[in-house]
Parts: sequence; C-alpha cells; structure tokens
Amino acid sequence: MNIKRRQIIRGGLAAAAAALLPQPLLAAVWPQKAFESKKVADTISSLTGGAAVSEDGRIAIKAPEIAENGAVVPVGVSADMDKVETIAILVDNNPLPLTSSYELQGASSPEVSTRIKMLKTSDVIALVKADGKYYSASKNVKVTIGGCGG
Amino acid sequence: MHLSRRQFLTVLGNGVIAGVVGRAPALAADAADFPRYGNLRLLHFTDCHAQLLPSWFREPGVNLGVGAAANRAPHLVGGNLLRRFNITDARLAHALTHLDFESAARKYGKVGGFAHLAALVKRLRADAGGASLLLDGGDTWQGSGTAYWTRGRDMIGAANLLGVDVMTGHWEFTYQDSEVLDNIGRFNGDFIAHNVSLTEEGLFDDQPAHDAATGHVFRPYTIKRAGDARVAVIGQAFPYTPIANPQRFIPYWTFGIREAALQQLVRRVREREKPDAVVLLSHNGMDVDLKLAARVGGLDAILGGHTHDGVPGAIEVSNAGGKTLVTNAGCNGKFLGVMDLDIRRRRVAGYRYRLLPVFSNLVKPDAEMSGYIAEVRKPYRKRLDEPLARSETLLYRRDNFEGTFDRLICDALRERLDAQIALSPGFRWGTTILPGETIRMENVLDQTCMTYPETYTAEMTGEQLKLVFEDVCDNLFNPDPYRQQGGDMVRAGGMHYTCDPLAGAGKRISGMRLDDGAPIDPGKRYKVAGWATVRSRSAGEPVWDVVAAYLRDRKTVAPMQHRPKILNMAGNQGAGA
Repeated sequence: MNIKRRQIIRGGLAAAAAALLPQPLLAAVWPQKAFESKKVADTISSLTGGAAVSEDGRIAIKAPEIAENGAVVPVGVSADMDKVETIAILVDNNPLPLTSSYELQGASSPEVSTRIKMLKTSDVIALVKADGKYYSASKNVKVTIGGCGG
Repeated sequence: MHLSRRQFLTVLGNGVIAGVVGRAPALAADAADFPRYGNLRLLHFTDCHAQLLPSWFREPGVNLGVGAAANRAPHLVGGNLLRRFNITDARLAHALTHLDFESAARKYGKVGGFAHLAALVKRLRADAGGASLLLDGGDTWQGSGTAYWTRGRDMIGAANLLGVDVMTGHWEFTYQDSEVLDNIGRFNGDFIAHNVSLTEEGLFDDQPAHDAATGHVFRPYTIKRAGDARVAVIGQAFPYTPIANPQRFIPYWTFGIREAALQQLVRRVREREKPDAVVLLSHNGMDVDLKLAARVGGLDAILGGHTHDGVPGAIEVSNAGGKTLVTNAGCNGKFLGVMDLDIRRRRVAGYRYRLLPVFSNLVKPDAEMSGYIAEVRKPYRKRLDEPLARSETLLYRRDNFEGTFDRLICDALRERLDAQIALSPGFRWGTTILPGETIRMENVLDQTCMTYPETYTAEMTGEQLKLVFEDVCDNLFNPDPYRQQGGDMVRAGGMHYTCDPLAGAGKRISGMRLDDGAPIDPGKRYKVAGWATVRSRSAGEPVWDVVAAYLRDRKTVAPMQHRPKILNMAGNQGAGA
C-alpha cells in the first residue's frame, strides 16, 4: 500500500472543499478560450478582453529561483491593492500558459498560492484585475535536470 | 601546548592580515603582525569533506567569473589572486594557487588534517581567552571511505573532539533523513538551518521538525555567548540540495535561498535577542553570498563555503543596513578562517580577518585527535591502503571544465562499461596525487565516496547529450548567482566540445564531437556511461569499484587534461598563470 490513509483523506477533503465553493463563484464564466491559448500574449488578451496591462510592483510573486521539482512548483501571488477581482497565474513557456485563474470575493485577502507544473525554465506571470484595471508582474523560475552539486 | 611558539608564529605568519584600516594586507613571521585584536574570535572551517588526514590539494587553474562576477574574488586564479591580495610569501602563494604545484607541494608538504587543525584551534581559542566560537560550514560528513562506512559518524566524533560549536549542512543531507537526525543528536554543537522546512506532505505526516508551527526542520539560529559577547549565528544550508543531490533521501524537506525570510529573521533576532553581532553561517557558495549580502541588511558577516574558494580576505559588501563581510574558507581542512571582531556598545566596531593555511609540517598534531583518527581508521586500514596503480601525472579535480582525476574516472568508465562517452559530475572535493605516487583505494574513495555512487550505461541521443551539457553549463555560468548551483562543468570522456560562457542559456555549447572527430549527431544514439545519478538509483556497481578494477589492471596511468575549447574568455582573470 503506497498511499497512506491520511493522504486519501486529504484528497477527499480537497474535493469536499471544492464542492463547498459558493455558488456565484461556480457560476462565473469559465474562460475556456484563455485556458486553451497556446501563446501567452493570446492568453492575456483573452483574459483582459484586449484591455491595457501595466506592470506593477505591488504584486509579489513567491516562487523558487530554481524549482526543486518542475512537476510541482509552489507559487504564491499577492497583490497589495484594493478591490482585487481576479488573479491569474501564467507560465510563458508551458504548452498551455494559463495554469489557473482565481475569482476573489470583495472580502477575501488578495493572496493565492498553488502548485504548478513547468515544462522548462520560464517566466511565471501574475495577472491581476483590480477595480476594473489589469496589472501584471513576472518572475523567472529555472527548471533544471539537476545533479553535479559541489 | 602541542605547538612550539616559533612554529605557531610561522603558521600565523602565513595568514593574511586583512581589513586593517589604512594598511595593506601584510605578511610577517613576527608576533607584532598578529596582535590580539578585538574581543571576539570566530574560527571558521568549511567543506572539509571528511578529510581527517593531511593531504595534497591543488587549487583551480580555471575558475571563470561571468557578469558581475568577472575578474573579482572568488573568480581570480594564480597570479591574479596573489596580486589582488598583495601576497608575496611563497608558502602562502602555494596554499592559495595552482602555480608550480608539484614542486611547491614537495617543498611545503601536505595540508589539513584534523589533528593539525585541532592543535591550531586549541591555540587560537586559548589566545582569545575563551571569547571564541568554532563554526563549521558543512560538507563534513561526506568525502572519505570511513565517513561513508560509518554513515558520517566518524566525523561527528571528530567534530565533537574539535569542539565545533555550530554547524550547517549540505552533503550531510545525502544520508537518509532519519540518519541525519540521528547524527545531529550525537553532535555536541548546534546544527542550524533557517532555510530547510517540511514540505506540506511532511507536515501532514507529522515528520520530525524543530518547530512544526513554522515548518523549520532544524533550529534556524542559535545564540552563543563567547566571553562578554552574545552572538547570533543563523544557519543557511545549501539551498539547492534536493536539486543537486538526490531528493529521495530527504523526501519531506524543502530548501531555497529564502532571501525575504532571512531578512525577516535577521530583523526579529536583532529585536528579540539583542545580540552584539549577527553572523550567517552559509553554505550558499560565494557568488550567492555576495549577492545576498548586497540585498539583506543587518548581518555583520557571512562566513561562507560550498564553492571551496580559498579567499584570503573578507569582502566588504554595502547594503541598506550598512556593511556585511563575506568570506569563503576553502575546503578539505586546508584553511582555518579567523575573524576577530571588536565589539563595542553592542555592535561590531572593527574586524580583522585572516585565512590561515594548515600546513602539517608547521603544526604538531594534537595527540588526542591523532589517537581518535587512528582508532576510527583501524577497522578499514587494509581496504584503504590497497595499492592500485602508479600515476605518472599530477591527479587533481579542481577546474571549471576538467581535472586529471576526472579524466581517469571517465577512462575507467568507458573501458569497463564499454561506452563511447563517459560523464562524471563536476564536484569540487577530492584530494590531489603527485606524479610518481601510488594511487591507493583511499585516494579513489576520496574522489568518489558518496551515498549514490552507482554507475549506469544508457543510450542517449546527441540532442539529449547537448541538453545535459547546456543545463550544467547554465548552473555554472548563469549571470544571476541565485540561479547557479556551485559545482563545475560535467566532465566528459570520449568527446570534445566548445563552450561560450557568455552566451545565453541553451546556446553555450557547440561543436560536440567524438574523440575520432566525427560530429555528434543530434538524432543519433550513443552509449553513455556515468555515475551519481540524482533521480532514481542506478543499477551498476559503485564507481570506486569500477575505477579500482581499471587501475589494478593498468598498474600505471598518466591521464592528461583535455579542456574543451573556450570562447570569449581571453583576459578573464579566472584563468591563466
């Protein structure tokens, strides 16, 4: 038996949490086209509807400089802004750049963290919609074969 | 007293006195040039790689720096290094460089050895009147046959006898996690690392941790009293351990540089503990430490290791909090860093730093440590002492691209495993053998001993091979130190290539050819042999058995260095005489 009881329970909890999501969130429009775009510029324009995006230092991306495992790279995004509506996390060099997009309610803290899969070294881009305007930040994360440490 | 006063002064005379305001670093055998300074002495050694006995160790002839790291310490070799630090003493020049290595080694003798180190440490601590700390930067439990066979325990015993107060780690984490914790339990000092935490799985599985609330696997820092001073020592383990070494031994531990967390910790430690000095005991590697020092305020010093740079001075780095001193104390027990601090009104008012070479001819070994070492080695003596072959050339490893011992390993792998191409990792540990010396099993183990020594053969396409070379090359020459891992280039047997360190990632390697001159075809498959795989365990026998069998068979070897062709590095002070 490889899977421990706890892990199974935890998997169950995650599923349960998803089922408990408030209805209006589930009802939000699924950005089908954005998730299927293969070029990051297309993904961004499909998320923003072509609106201007400005780089903004108030967005912080927490990610390793070099990933310990490209299959599960921990990434966190926080935005020190008011009225944050959505946070999307994109990976420039992934075949499908959009990893996830979060719709936030007014009362929630504008901070999300997740684990993403990265094929190779790439910029990780955070796209934040706040008070109707779009902002972005990026951080390069290296994915390496590993080995040969001194 | 194990050291006569005159011997001691000679030893000290070989240390560089740096950091004295308004005075060039000086050398002298006269006591006046090594006066007591300040009121706190920090002794620091790092990356000894389990070398209990004195050995030869040749410093690199090629250690290129790119970007901001070009032409500055630690990327200065030979005469460039000596000129930068105004070093004229021939013995010290020998300790710090590869110049004329063979004849200088025969003249000045072996370096390092724990019994010699112990004698020096005892004397320097006595001189400081109890106001001293002994810090070990890690890579202590790996690098010799006895460390491997005792799972690092021989080094725990030696460190306890030496009186190490605080240590952090890297190769320590190449034993199984439970063994690491068990060893730490046997260690009399404090094992610290702020940048190792449990993964979410580890937290969920109730894996052992120093602090389950913060996730810290080890104590992040420790407060030590030395004389009248209270010193905070923060631990920075090698941030890329699960990438550079197998994750499978430490599946629940996650690492990283964690610059922001370090800044927070420094601030908190200063506020809560109100120490007189805050020091980072680091296994980042010197380039990472220099960048970190420029970005994190509030550290008085970063005492560093990992990149094995014997840098004979402290580098002053300015940052928002003031200045931070950055040092790197070489490897293999060859050097002892001595940082004397003058603490006034609860802050560091001045410093002197010396990098003391440990020349075994100049120091009378500590009897207690000698006895311990003899006892530890006793059960293994026969195996260690087996003569394998004679070398006609100088065997060493340190160099960005290739060492002659690596050439020997690659030759052995290709012949014994019947492969076209052999790959060997660009490690920086391993001792040196002089021409005419007999290679014993112990020497082979010193170059290869680790917990994932299994060899492999695999079919790789030319494209895959290029990918490996590019990947390792980026770990060495990425202009951002935070994206480097601190090893050297993978060593290649049976093939040649051209390297442009200044080119971007994925574009540095070209002209890959087999030994016979045939270009390596991206679509064609080649039989490749190697060892030390980081992912899953390989099936082959340990590399030391492969090399030993090759040597027994040959009886005499004479490997020569074959560097790749290097582009765009003319005038770089990390190469040349």
